[in-house]
Amino acid sequence: MKRLSAALAVAAVALAAGCGSGGGDGGGDAAPGQNGEPVKLRFLSLAWQKESIEANKQIVADWNTANPKIQVEYVQGSWDNVNDQLVTSFEAGDPPDVIHDDSPALSSFASRGFLLDLTGKVPAELKSDIPQAAWDTVTFSDGKSGQGVYGVPFLQESQVLIANKKLLDGAGVRVPTPESPWTWDEFADVAKKLTKKGAYGVAWPMKSPVNKVLNLALNFGGTFFDTQNGKTTVKVGPQEREVLQRIHDQLYTDKSADPSALGMGTADPLPGFFAGKYAIVPAGVYLRQQVAEQAPSGFEWVTLPPLKGQTSQQGAVSQTLSVAADSKHPDEALKFIAYFLNGPNQAKLAKGDWLLPTSTTAAKDPALTTKENGWDVATASAKDLVVAPFLKVNGFDEWKSKVATPAMQEYFADKISLDELANRLVEEGNKVLERYSR
Amino acid sequence: MTRALKYLALLGYVVFLAFPLLWLLSTALKTPQEMAALDPTWIPRRPTLANFADAFAEQDLIGAGLRSLVVAVATALITVALALPAAYALARFRGVAGKIAIGWVLVSQVFPVVLIIIPLFMVLRRLELVNTLAGLTIVHVTFVMPFALWMLRGYVRAVPRELEEAAAVDGAGRLRALAAVVAPLLAPGVVATLLFSFISSWNEFMFALVILKDPEVETLPLTLVRFVGPEGVARLGPLAAASLLATVPSLVFFAIIQRRLRSGLMAGAVKG
Repeated sequence: MKRLSAALAVAAVALAAGCGSGGGDGGGDAAPGQNGEPVKLRFLSLAWQKESIEANKQIVADWNTANPKIQVEYVQGSWDNVNDQLVTSFEAGDPPDVIHDDSPALSSFASRGFLLDLTGKVPAELKSDIPQAAWDTVTFSDGKSGQGVYGVPFLQESQVLIANKKLLDGAGVRVPTPESPWTWDEFADVAKKLTKKGAYGVAWPMKSPVNKVLNLALNFGGTFFDTQNGKTTVKVGPQEREVLQRIHDQLYTDKSADPSALGMGTADPLPGFFAGKYAIVPAGVYLRQQVAEQAPSGFEWVTLPPLKGQTSQQGAVSQTLSVAADSKHPDEALKFIAYFLNGPNQAKLAKGDWLLPTSTTAAKDPALTTKENGWDVATASAKDLVVAPFLKVNGFDEWKSKVATPAMQEYFADKISLDELANRLVEEGNKVLERYSR
Repeated sequence: MTRALKYLALLGYVVFLAFPLLWLLSTALKTPQEMAALDPTWIPRRPTLANFADAFAEQDLIGAGLRSLVVAVATALITVALALPAAYALARFRGVAGKIAIGWVLVSQVFPVVLIIIPLFMVLRRLELVNTLAGLTIVHVTFVMPFALWMLRGYVRAVPRELEEAAAVDGAGRLRALAAVVAPLLAPGVVATLLFSFISSWNEFMFALVILKDPEVETLPLTLVRFVGPEGVARLGPLAAASLLATVPSLVFFAIIQRRLRSGLMAGAVKG
C-alpha cells in the first residue's frame, strides 16, 4: 500500500510539474523595456459578444504589429466576477496594466489608490473627442481631498424602446423620431391601444429595477439624491415619483403592461415579444443584438427613441479603460489606450457590443448611423446622456441592494403604496448613507 | 407490484438526474430563434452544430480542457495518496492527539475562501507558483484534503480491526496485513474519494480565477464564464455547447472507475 501511495504521489507531482510550468510569468512582471526588450502590457478585456471579441482581438493585433516595442497581451475576463478578480490582484500588487470595467466600479478602486489618476495625461486628441458629460462618469474623489480622472470612458448605454413593427402599424399610431419622440403620456396612450386580449402593450422587466428607474427619472428631473455641504441624502419628491407612478399605472390602472413580466431579467421578455404577446419592450440599446439574432424570420421590429418627460435626459454610466496604479509601464499603457479608443476603433467596438461610442468621431461612422437594426435611432440617443446622479454617491451599492431593490419590487408588485416606497427609500436609505459619510 | 413501483421510482429518479443534462444537450443544438421561442421544444426542430463551432472558434476549449484534466487528475491522485495514510492513522490510533487533529481538520473547513485568497496568492507568488498549473494543483489539494480525509477515515473505520488481527494471527506482518487485507476492502472508499477530489478540482473556479493570469494556463471553468455578459445576459447556445463538452471528461472518468464503487465487500467478514 505504501509503495502504491508513493508511486501515485511521484507520478502526480511529475505530471503537475511537467505541465504546470508552461505559463511563465504574467505580463505584469514583464521586463522594464530596457536592453531593447519589448515592454509587455497585460490588457484585461470584458468583451463577450462574438463581434466584440473579434474587434478587440483585431485592434490588439494591429497595435502589436505596429508597435514591436510595446506588446499587449489580450486577456479575457468576465463581467460576472471581474471585480472579485481585480480586488485580489490589486491587493496582491499584481494587477493587469490596462483594465476594462465600468464607471460604477471605478469609484471605490480610485479612493483606495488602485488606479492611476489620468488627469493631464490623456492625449489632447482623445480628450477632445469625448464629451465632458462622459468624462464626468469617470471623475471621482481620490480618497483624500482631490478629484481625479480614473479611466477613459468609451461605451455607453441608453434606454430605448424596441417595438413590434406590425403591431405598431396595425394600431395606426405615430412612429416617433429622435427629433420628435413620444412623451410619457403618448407612450401610455399607445400602450393602451396596443393592449388586446392576451397581448400587452408593454413588458417592463423589473428584476433589477433600480438603475432603470433612476436613469429614466431624469426625464422629469428626478435625481433621488441630494448633496449639501458634502452630505448626501435620499430624496423622493414629485420629480422622482413621476416615472415610478407612470409605470405603476401602466401595470394596474391602464393594465397595458404585463405584471407577470416584472420578475424578468432584461432579455427574458423576448420570447413573448417575438410571439406578439408584448408590443413594446423598454431596454438598453444593446438588447438589439439579441433581438436581431433571435427574431424569427419575417419578424419586423423597430428601435424607438427614448421617451420624453420634461426632457429626454437619461442617466448614464460608461464602460471604461483604466491604468493600474501598480503598472510598471503607465505611459505605454496610456499610449495603447489612446490608440485602442481612437474614433475608428471605438466605432468597431461600439458596433461589436451594440452600444454607443463616447467618441464624437465614431458616432459619425456610417456603420453607426445606418437605419439597419435601429443604429440611427440608438446613436442619436447618445446626445441625451448625462452622468447618472447615483454614480458619485458613496454607499449607493448598499442602498440599491438592501433598500431600493426590494422596496421597488414590492411597489411594482402592488404590495406597498408610492408613499410607503418613498418613506422606505428615504428613511432606510439615509441610515445606509449615513454610515458611508462618517 | 412493489417491484414495478420500485422501477417506477428509479425511473423517476433517473429522469430527475438526467433532465439538466438532456436540456443542456437540447439547448446546445438549437438555433438562437428556437431558443427564444415562447413554447420551448425538447427536440430541436432544426438541429445545428453552429453553437459548438462558435464555442470552439472563440475559446481554446481543448487546451483549457486538457489543462483542467491535468490539474484534476493530479489533485485527485495526490489528495488520495496523502489522505489515505493519514486517514488510516486517525482511524486506528485513537488518542487525544487524533481527536485534536480531526477537530482541527473540521475547523479548517469553516474559513471562507475570500478570507484567505489574498494571503494565499502572496505565498504562491513568493514561491513563483502564480500562473502555473502546479500552483493551482497544490491549492486544490489543500482544499480538497480535509473532506477527503474525513471521507477516507470513515471508510477505514468501517474495516473491522479483527480482520487485521486475523491476518496477524495467520503470520502476516503489519504491512502485509495492510496490503493484502485492508487495501482491497478500502478500494471503494478510495474510488469515491478520487471521484470527489477530481470533480471538486474540475469544477473549481475562484482559485483558478485569481491564480491563473494568462490565457495559456487557463482552466475550463474560466473559459466557460466568458459566454456570460453583464446583467446575467448570456450567449446560451455556445455556453450550453461548451458546458456539455465540459461534462464529458467527468462522465468518462466516472465510467472508468465506477466498477470499483461497490458496497457489500465486508458483508459477513466478522461474525455477529
